[in-house]
Amino acid sequence: MATSRTRILSGNEACAEGALAAGVRFFGGYPITPSSEIAEELSRKLPRHGGIFIQMEDEIASIGSVIGASIAGSKAMTATSGPGFSLMQENIGYACMAEIPCVIVNVMRGGPSTGLPTMPSQGDVMQARWGTHGDHPIIALAPFSVRETFDLTIRAFNLTEAFRIPVVLLLDEIIGHVNEKLTFPDPEEIRVVERKSGRKINGQDYLPYRVTESGVPPMVSFGEGARYHITGLAHDETGFPTNDPEKIDQLLRRLNSKLDAHRDEIVEVEYSNMDDAEIGLVAYGSTARSARYAVRSAREKGIAAGLIRPRTLWPFADREIGAYADQVKAWIVPEMNLGQIATQVECASRFSRPVHRINRVDGNPINPVDILKKIEDLV
Amino acid sequence: MFDYEQYLRKSKMPLIWCAGCGDGIVMKAMLRAIHKLQIAKDDICMVSGIGCSSRLPGYLDFNTLHTTHGRAITFATGIKMVKPELHVIVITGDGDATAIGGNHFIHAARRNIDLTVILFNNHIYGMTGGQVSPTTPFTKHASTAPYGNIENPFDISGLAAAAGASFVARATAYNAIQLEKLIQKAIEKKGFSVVEAMTPCPTTYGRRNREGTGVDMLLYQKDNSVPVAKANKMDAEELQGKIVTGVLVDREKAECRQEYQNLLDHFSKEGEVDS
Ligand SMILES: Cc1ncc(C[n+]2csc(CCOP(=O)(O)OP(=O)(O)O)c2C)c(N)n1
Ligand code: SF4
Repeated sequence: MATSRTRILSGNEACAEGALAAGVRFFGGYPITPSSEIAEELSRKLPRHGGIFIQMEDEIASIGSVIGASIAGSKAMTATSGPGFSLMQENIGYACMAEIPCVIVNVMRGGPSTGLPTMPSQGDVMQARWGTHGDHPIIALAPFSVRETFDLTIRAFNLTEAFRIPVVLLLDEIIGHVNEKLTFPDPEEIRVVERKSGRKINGQDYLPYRVTESGVPPMVSFGEGARYHITGLAHDETGFPTNDPEKIDQLLRRLNSKLDAHRDEIVEVEYSNMDDAEIGLVAYGSTARSARYAVRSAREKGIAAGLIRPRTLWPFADREIGAYADQVKAWIVPEMNLGQIATQVECASRFSRPVHRINRVDGNPINPVDILKKIEDLV
Repeated sequence: MFDYEQYLRKSKMPLIWCAGCGDGIVMKAMLRAIHKLQIAKDDICMVSGIGCSSRLPGYLDFNTLHTTHGRAITFATGIKMVKPELHVIVITGDGDATAIGGNHFIHAARRNIDLTVILFNNHIYGMTGGQVSPTTPFTKHASTAPYGNIENPFDISGLAAAAGASFVARATAYNAIQLEKLIQKAIEKKGFSVVEAMTPCPTTYGRRNREGTGVDMLLYQKDNSVPVAKANKMDAEELQGKIVTGVLVDREKAECRQEYQNLLDHFSKEGEVDS
């Protein structure tokens, strides 16, 4: 029996470890605080795992190389922070359109612009959803601990390979740099999704964008004999550009419906103390640590507070939150931005109860005491 | 007669290119070069950016990838690093490769990664209707240079050479035989190889600059080309307006994917994986 290993690691290191556990074989990136440790870690380890590490000339090149690597058959990722994430947007849209699996880690720092390079933020939540132009599907995950960073990095690879939708892993500077104990699971315990690759296909038989029941066409990597065409232009099932409105409509609707069809497999939420909660908190990432502490303290004082913690940010956990729309008397959404998820909570709860915001954009984390005070004010 | 059809996706025709466009001549020269080298179609990956020239891979029966404007080399880099056994050929325009994609172009040359870049230089942004490009000659007209270009153009081959490419050559669409030979050499070369293919765009450049039809523009190329050996004996003034053709750079240097392979081999021999 394999002995499980325990180490003290930062979130960024856990992300690199999770990627290796998921089978990452390509990393292309450009240095930026507070994400650089992920690249540094993988520059050391990937060659030892038979994988490729390359430092590109900028973030546009990084995501381009990642998409190319994925098309050639490798599980591929990049890691960056706000300014770099902005530069990647056009090619992220390409990956959405051409359905190329890839994982993009964004360790959020304060923005806009160069902003606060070394300080935490959750300001890129909406950019993760709508950063690239046009209607497109995207998945975003937000871990709240080192262990969960490891787990969600693996999950990010599994989701992107399964659905051919780019996955954005949103860490924040606190999660990226906090050191915590991580007990590695046995490799056999880790579920890893593999692309159905490696088979030789007759070029004539392969329809790269075939409409299937799941909405996800099976992907064959370049160099396996299928000799097909990939483009960011609107295309038909053969992968070639089309101007036929019917085929364009079919493509765009299929791409976006992948999220709806597989929503329940993608959306993950953790509830604590919600069964009888009258004050409902919604928090994610490092802010959820403060929220959890505040809920615990409130409960000790006899206040019925509870926490919904979306581990998946996009698609949003609207049904899960909506289920409590009539039960709670008020919502509190603490975020290190000016209310990006609070608006989603209002929609999800159909504006039935007030949604109170606790926001910080000064580079400091949200203090549990401030959340507790808000809870107490509301009762 | 060379059988082009073995490489064409005929169902994707007609081509989007205008009558008189030089891009088709370059495409045919490239196919002949590929055929001479006897490379299997499965082993070729053709990657392009955005532009008239970048629509080329769609017509050919290889693994073909039409990427975003200026970024073909970055996608190609990812592919080459993962599957070095593939011949990765990049199809790009002067705007695609040296304006929006200029940074990737020089860095791929510096890295000296084994890609073959066929750069279609027509001095203009063809696809978007004839705007000025980084290679539009001084004083020439474009839709966004209505009073004549006031900027200096790039010497693309000089740029590639200075940035570190291991093979750089230039040829014209007029001299398609030379073009074919140079493309063949470029594909054979292990390292970053650039063939600057001078190709006429009668529609958006020729007309605006009163250079006539596509044929007139090819004849201009014929009359103004100078082989490198001869050019080396000419001074700057004599070379004004001339197109220097032939192999400009051919040198041996470390190639980035091979260097990475050495690293992989080292670790796989050690048999050590973790920590
Ligand atoms: C990010 C982005 N900016 C602008 C464009 C518009 N665009 C398409 S092709 C092109 C220029 C192409 O010129 P060139 O590379 O010289 O190729 P040609 O069409 O002349 O072959 C431009 C500006 C685009 N597609 N994407
Ligand atoms: S616009 Fe110019 S470059 Fe484009 S197809 Fe026509 S002639 Fe060729």
